[in-house]
Amino acid sequence: MSLLLPESGLLLWMLLTFGVVFGILARYGFPVITQMVAKRKEYIDQSLQAAKAANEQLQRLQTEGDAILAKAREEQARILKEAKETGERIVNDAREKAQAEGNRMLREVQTQMREEKDEAIRDIRRQVAVLSVNIAEKVVRKRLDTDEEQMTMIARLLDELNEKPCQ
Amino acid sequence: MWRCVWNWIKKERDLRRILFILLLCGSTLSGLATAHEQVDVAELVIGHVEDCYEWHITTWGDTELSIHLPVLVWSRTSGFHCFSSTHLYPAGIEHEGLHIATEGKYKGKIVEGDVRPFDFSITKTVLGLLVNSLLLLVIVLTTARWYRHRQPHDNAPRGFIGLMEMMVMMIEDDVIKPCVGSDYRRFSPYLLTAFFFIFTNNLMGLVPLFPGGANVTGNIAVTLVLAVCTFVAVNVFGTRDYWKEILWPEVPMMLKCPLPLIPLIELFGIFTKPFALTIRLFANILAGHFIILALTSLIFVTAAMGPFINGPMTVLSVVFSIFMNCLELLVAFIQAYVFTMLSAVFIGMSRVGTRENRKRE
Repeated sequence: MSLLLPESGLLLWMLLTFGVVFGILARYGFPVITQMVAKRKEYIDQSLQAAKAANEQLQRLQTEGDAILAKAREEQARILKEAKETGERIVNDAREKAQAEGNRMLREVQTQMREEKDEAIRDIRRQVAVLSVNIAEKVVRKRLDTDEEQMTMIARLLDELNEKPCQ
Repeated sequence: MWRCVWNWIKKERDLRRILFILLLCGSTLSGLATAHEQVDVAELVIGHVEDCYEWHITTWGDTELSIHLPVLVWSRTSGFHCFSSTHLYPAGIEHEGLHIATEGKYKGKIVEGDVRPFDFSITKTVLGLLVNSLLLLVIVLTTARWYRHRQPHDNAPRGFIGLMEMMVMMIEDDVIKPCVGSDYRRFSPYLLTAFFFIFTNNLMGLVPLFPGGANVTGNIAVTLVLAVCTFVAVNVFGTRDYWKEILWPEVPMMLKCPLPLIPLIELFGIFTKPFALTIRLFANILAGHFIILALTSLIFVTAAMGPFINGPMTVLSVVFSIFMNCLELLVAFIQAYVFTMLSAVFIGMSRVGTRENRKRE
């Protein structure tokens, strides 16, 4: 039965001990731990938010970077296209010019050649005429020893002249 | 540790061999035990769980190894006494007019003639209480000290400090916060202290070696003080609405006006709550001690029946004791948890009608 009856001395000791333990732990023990955990929780929450914000910023920067890159690529393409066009134009111009020049020179050469040819033909003709006159002179001088022959000859020449006038 | 034991068992491969070893040990022990005569189990068990003026550690051969604790007594007739309890043992010897009663109402207590003086001796329970409280203080303050020089952005604690933090936060987040309500911060130091105080004392009560083994939370005075603390916390911080619910509850008028039936029941309920807290913790821990001690006594009870009965009974006793100790580990936690949770619930009920709690409802 004595087990069920609280001893007054023990009650006193227990009250004292528990009071002291409670006083110390409530002042220096548990609040330190719980406050630290609460602060850590807060810090973690803040860190999470900061990480989220940083992530968003990173995303934004990435998007911006992508946009800049795309723009640069476009510019590059444009410049390349322009350069190509310019090049082609220059080449075409040069080609056209060269062609024109060539044609002009060709025409000049042709003209010159024709003139020279005409000159040569004329020269040849002159010489041929002189030569033929000379030859004819010599032939005539040899054949026309007799009067008869001379007469025949004159007659034929006259015929030929009549039939085929000289060019 | 369990893995270690399990590996050893697997390595042995043969449980029968272990059983044989245990039997052999049991027989040897029983050989030692036969020297004693018939054992009075009831007295042995009660003697172990009851308070005492000396702390018996062990018997080594013929010498009794025990710590004699200081006796502090104040009596109306002879004033203040302070001396070692050596002078009072064996029980019945008179010293300074005081002796330990061997029978009667005050059996086992110091009496002066037939009168019980005011006795605030450092008994076994008190010493156990002091040792356990010191241990609790050291543990919690060490844990708290770890945080002193640290910032919230430092690494979280590991090892023992981490375990303590986990337990503290488990009680705070899973018990105190939901049960007390939004102003739980005010009550959390008390509830945490109560939990760890009970838990430490329960666990230390299970340790069979010297500083442990005292039946502290299995003593009704200890649990009574704890329950009274909860009672004070509940009723001192009770709100107007709480008192209104007790004294003028919303029930039909005939139940409260001519004869205040419901208010009486409610008033009675104020006192039954701490009473239930007291008895629950006390009875659970005391029963655990009883069972373990009774199972251990099995060895000595059957010693007289010869080694062939005593051997198997010894094995049985050891196996059951191991089982009961594991169970008591669980009970040690559960009882501390239940006490804290019920205290938190009672406090939460008395905080009804506060601005935050109303918002919650």
